[in-house]
Parts: sequence; C-alpha cells; structure tokens
Amino acid sequence: MGTNSEKGMGVIVKTVTKLTLGFILLYGIYITLSGHISPGGGFAGGVIIALSFVHVMLAFGKDAALKRLRPPGLRLVISGAALVFLAMAIIVPQGRVFDSEVIVPLCEAAIVGPGLFVIFVALVLLSKADKDSE
Amino acid sequence: MTIYLLCLALFSVGLYCVLRKRNIIKIIIGIGIMEYAVNLFFALIGYRAQGRSPIFAPDQAIRNMVDPLPQAVVLTSIVLGLSVTLMLVAVAIRIYERYGTFDITKITRLKG
Amino acid sequence: MVPLFMVIPLAAAFIIALTAKLDERVHDACAVTGGFVIAALSIAVCALLGRSGAPGVMTYRIGSLPPPAGIALVIDGLSSFMLVTVNLVGFLVTLYATGYVKCYTDRWKFYSLFFLMLSGINGVLLASDIFNLYVFMEIAAIAAYFLVAFGTEAEELEASFKYAIMGSVASAFILLGIAFLYGATSTLNMADMARVLAASNPARVIQLVSVLFIMGFGLKAALVPFHAWLAYAHSSAPAPVSAMLSGVLIKVLGIYALSRIFFNVFGMDTAIMQILIVIGVLSMAVGAILAFGQSDIKRLFAYSTVSQIGYVAIGLGVATPLAVFGALFHLFNHSIFKSLLFLNAGAIERLRGTRELGKLSGILADEPVTGYATLVSALSISGIPPLGGFWSKAIIIFACIQAGRPALALIAALISILTLVYYFRSLSPVLFGPKAEMTAGARPTLAMNAAMAALAVLVAASAFALLPAIKEVLLNGAIAVLTNGTANNVPLGAIQ
Repeated sequence: MGTNSEKGMGVIVKTVTKLTLGFILLYGIYITLSGHISPGGGFAGGVIIALSFVHVMLAFGKDAALKRLRPPGLRLVISGAALVFLAMAIIVPQGRVFDSEVIVPLCEAAIVGPGLFVIFVALVLLSKADKDSE
Repeated sequence: MTIYLLCLALFSVGLYCVLRKRNIIKIIIGIGIMEYAVNLFFALIGYRAQGRSPIFAPDQAIRNMVDPLPQAVVLTSIVLGLSVTLMLVAVAIRIYERYGTFDITKITRLKG
Repeated sequence: MVPLFMVIPLAAAFIIALTAKLDERVHDACAVTGGFVIAALSIAVCALLGRSGAPGVMTYRIGSLPPPAGIALVIDGLSSFMLVTVNLVGFLVTLYATGYVKCYTDRWKFYSLFFLMLSGINGVLLASDIFNLYVFMEIAAIAAYFLVAFGTEAEELEASFKYAIMGSVASAFILLGIAFLYGATSTLNMADMARVLAASNPARVIQLVSVLFIMGFGLKAALVPFHAWLAYAHSSAPAPVSAMLSGVLIKVLGIYALSRIFFNVFGMDTAIMQILIVIGVLSMAVGAILAFGQSDIKRLFAYSTVSQIGYVAIGLGVATPLAVFGALFHLFNHSIFKSLLFLNAGAIERLRGTRELGKLSGILADEPVTGYATLVSALSISGIPPLGGFWSKAIIIFACIQAGRPALALIAALISILTLVYYFRSLSPVLFGPKAEMTAGARPTLAMNAAMAALAVLVAASAFALLPAIKEVLLNGAIAVLTNGTANNVPLGAIQ
C-alpha cells in the first residue's frame, strides 16, 4: 500500500476503468429496475453501483476519487432517498407503497449504493489515519 | 437429510471459532461462518423436489416452483449480517489503535 | 396511524442526518420534537385501545397482499402497553441527551443512531410475523452496538465489541429457530403459525425451537446464564445510551419477544414455565450477589437490572393472571426507575469526574435534583411502600403463594431484602456524606434536570397506575393478551 494508494494503479487499469465505468453503472441500474421480474432488486443493484465507485477509488487513488465523489454530497443522497421512501409510506394509502416497481427499488439502490461507498471510504480513511500516526 | 446436518455442522464450526479463537479477526470470521450456515439452512428448507427457480414467467406453470419465501428471507438476512460485520470490523480497527494487539485475552481492561 | 410509530423516528433520524451541517440547536430541537410526538402518539393509541368497547387492536397492511401471504403491523393490548413504556422513556432520555452529549463532536450522528434504535424497538412491538420481528430486532441491536462504542474510549470499544459478538451469536440462534419453525409450519405469520402448531403439534420441533429461542432471546434479555455482556455494555456506554439499553432494549428485545412467542404462538406448557422460573430465580440470586461487591456505580445498577429481570421472568413463568399482572407492572416500573438511575449516574459522573463509589459523596446537598431523583428511585426499586416498586414486587409474591409455590415467594422476598441492603449500603454515602472537594465538574444543564425531574415524578406516581381507571386503560389489555394465550391472535380475516 504505502503511497501507491494515492496515485492509483498503472495506465492500463486507468484506461480500462474509464471505458467500463459507464457499463457497470448501467448494469447496476438495470438490475435495480428489473428486480420484480428477475433476481436482483434494490439491494443487489445498490451493491453493484457501490462497486463502480470503489472501482474508481482503487484505480485512480484515494484523493482523485474523493475529489469527484464527495462524502457530504453522498450523505445528502442517502438521507434524501430515505426521506422520499418515508414520505411515500405516509402519502400512499393503506400500505400500497410496496407495490410500486420503480420508486421503491430506486430508493433502495440510492441508499445502499452510496452507503456502502461511504463506509468503504470511512474504513480506508481509518487505516490511513493509523499509518499517519505511527 | 444429510445436507441439513452438514449445515448444522458448519454452524458448529462457526460457533467453535467464536468461542475458542484468540484473534479478533478470526472471531469476526467465525460470526460470518455462523451467519452463512444459518442462511444456507434456511434457503435449503425451501427446496421442493423437481422444482424450478421461482421466477414468474407467463409461459410456465406456477406449480413446480421451489419456495420463494426463504429466498426473500435470506436476502434480508444477508444484508443484516453485512451490517454486523461492518460494525465489528470498524470497532476492531479502532481497538487495534487503542490496545495495540488483536489478542482478545489481552483486551481485558474492563474488570469484573 | 400505525406505521407512524416507525416512520416518525426514521424521519427524525434522516432529517437530522440531512441537516448535519446546520447549527446544533436545530438538531436538538428536531430530536426533542420527534421524541415528544411519538410519546404523545403512543399514549393516545393506548387510551384509544384500552377504552372498553373499542375494537382492541389496530392493524395496518403493508403491500396489497392479505395476510398470511402479506405482512401486517398489529397493535394489540400488550403492544400498546409496551409502546407507552418505550416511547415515554425514550422521549425523556432524548431530552436528557440534548444536555449530555454537548461534549461530543458530531452530535448529529448520536441523534441519528438513537432514533434508528428507537424505530427498531417500535418495529419489534408492531410486528405480527416472526421474521419482521427479527429484522427490527437486529436494527435496534446494531444501532445499540454503535451507540455503546460512541465515545471511542478504549473501554467503550471493548465493551461494544464483546456485546456485539454475544448479540450476534444470539441472533444466529434465533434465526436458526425461525428456520426450524418455518420448516415445520411453512408460514411466518405468528397468528397463522399458532393455528398450524395447534393443529399438527410437532412436539420434537417445538422442544428444539423453544431451547434455541430461550438461548437467543435470553441473551438479549440478560437472563442468567447469558448475562455476561450486561455489566460491560451498560457501565461503559454513555449515560443516555445506558438508560435506553437497560430500561427499554432488554425488555423489548428479550422479554417482549419471549412472551409473545411462548404465550401466543406455542402456548405455555409446564416445561417452559418451569425453565422460566428456574432461570428467573438464578437471575435474581446471581444479580443480587454480584451487585454486592461492586465499586462502580453503573456496574452496580447493571447487575441490579439482571436481578429485577429475574423477577419479571418468575412472574411470566408462573403464568397465572395475577402473576402476569405483577410481571408487566414490574416491567413498567423497572423501565422508569432504572433509566432514571442511569441518567443520575451519568450526571454524577459528569459532576465528580469518577464512577467509583468510594470517592463519591454529598450529592444530595450539592445537586438537589439529581440527589432526590436517585433517592426516590432507589427507594422504589428496593420495595419501600407506598412507591410503585413495592406494589409490583408484592403482587408477584402474592401470585406465587396463590399459585401454590410458597418457596418461590420466600426467595423473592429474600432477594428483595438483599436489594434494599445493597442499595442503601452503596448509595447512602453517595447521597448523604459530606460534600467532597469540588473537582472541575460540569453541572447538569436545564434539559438534564428537567428530564430527571420528570422521570422522578413518574417514579413517585407509578403506584397510581394501580387505580382501576388507569389500570384498565394501561394494563388490562396486556394481561388479556398474555393470559388468553394462543386464542388471542388477531383472526387473519380481520386485517383489512
């Protein structure tokens, strides 16, 4: 690890990441939205979206990734999605909220994806702080 | 029948790991093994002989599906296990910063 | 109205997370408002359901599938009683916490986790199928593991780690029990499960699952021999977290879930009653004996909790209507006075800078609110008439004699005397001694004093819950749910 985690990996990895990033995100959204017909759903789609963010962080290094994906903005996304979910639970009459096929899985993916990425960032920052304090 | 007994044997392996290992990380892995064993057991309970996967397709009969309810339950349970593991790992990192060791027999600052 | 019990705490948690960068007073106001709204809502629901002639249950269906295929939320007598207990204590502890957590940075994280825990506890009380109960129990437990470690001191981290490991093992046992039950009945809805079990009666499976559940839920309720985590977690956690853990979380996750499953799904039979009585006696005795040698004030209160939960377990084990009444009333009393004692311990620790009993003295003269609150709750928990603790213990003792178990009543009375002895031996130098030299401690703020005073008034007035008017609204529904056993489940067709 050492200083390599800031600069990221070699140029091959960076180019391939730039090419495939959009496809991974698209795949995550596809699994989220087709969860009511085939295996998947909000949680699995959210994990794949989080994987795309983690991919960026591993390939480009911690500082470059965090400049683009800021944790405060991600926290806004998570809280906002949770509040949308709760608002729907109140507004929609007598419990039909879980029948919707689009909004609920999207809310779940929006909570899980950035959530897992924020946790990954927190753990990486923890170990970095450990190394700095030695 | 043997497959259920094997799941319970896996559960016992995880329980042994939690009880007898001294490294914190191995205890966390033991908890993970126990969670996997219970999830596997629950998913296997839903098996029906000659069943197919429980996906609703308009051209196939519903009659010979395996039980979909344990699969939904296991999905939720995996998420819960993930949260517990995340918390344990975060606490373990901080314990290493404070105590300087991963050995649980040396982390005994709380007495009585 | 039913899902509001979960929606409001979750909304409060996420609104506080959303506005994390704003001023701290916004978070305090949001937290106190949320707590107050839920407490008022729970009292309203209990009054609505307890009035004779009312339907007695409130249901809410999630999704458009009817149960037993779908999921429903149900409030019946026992749930409404526990909701009042939980949310009242939760609101007052939140009020206290707005003063206590001023020394932490990132206070919004504390409030968010606190309300996540509260929503998980409310969800356990509302769940009508067993897997929903498990999921909400896990939410509350994981939030509690985080909260115990919140100050990130070395002791708090160690306590949180040990609590989390033991709690996770218990949850794995519970999930294994749920898996066996599903294999035997092929349904997860508790009312449906009771019907199928009564019809087919697979004795071996019920025995196995009972043992697994007693192990799992017994660890969550800190019954002996599963009590080892309690002293660590409750003594090292921040004071509002200790109050919530000891006063609310143990009771809901352990005792409520245990009684819901054993009374309403399995039906009590003599083997389970005997096991509960034995575990209850062990808890009472071990808790009282271990509390004698303690020098740390919070650890003393933690072992006292183990002892009092033993009383509740005995009451549930004897299972006559009078014993169930005593057990539920003691549950309510213990929530109020144990959470008040932990809040006082937090204020004392802030004031004097230490938790050692030998070094604390003169609290009554120094801080009258804290001192009198500790005095009132110590008197009540020791069973001094006319405070509420005396009545609840007396009812349990009379119920044991009435059920034909005089030895049990004798043991309960002896442990009550032991409780009196160790409380006064430990707390009278703390309260009445000479005023120690002032360390640079922090005085309790207005919010903390207000919360402690309100809880002290509740402790002093809890004997009034025995008045027929209040008892009918608060407790009769709960007693009826437990004593009717498997016949009490909401018929599935009634859930619209």
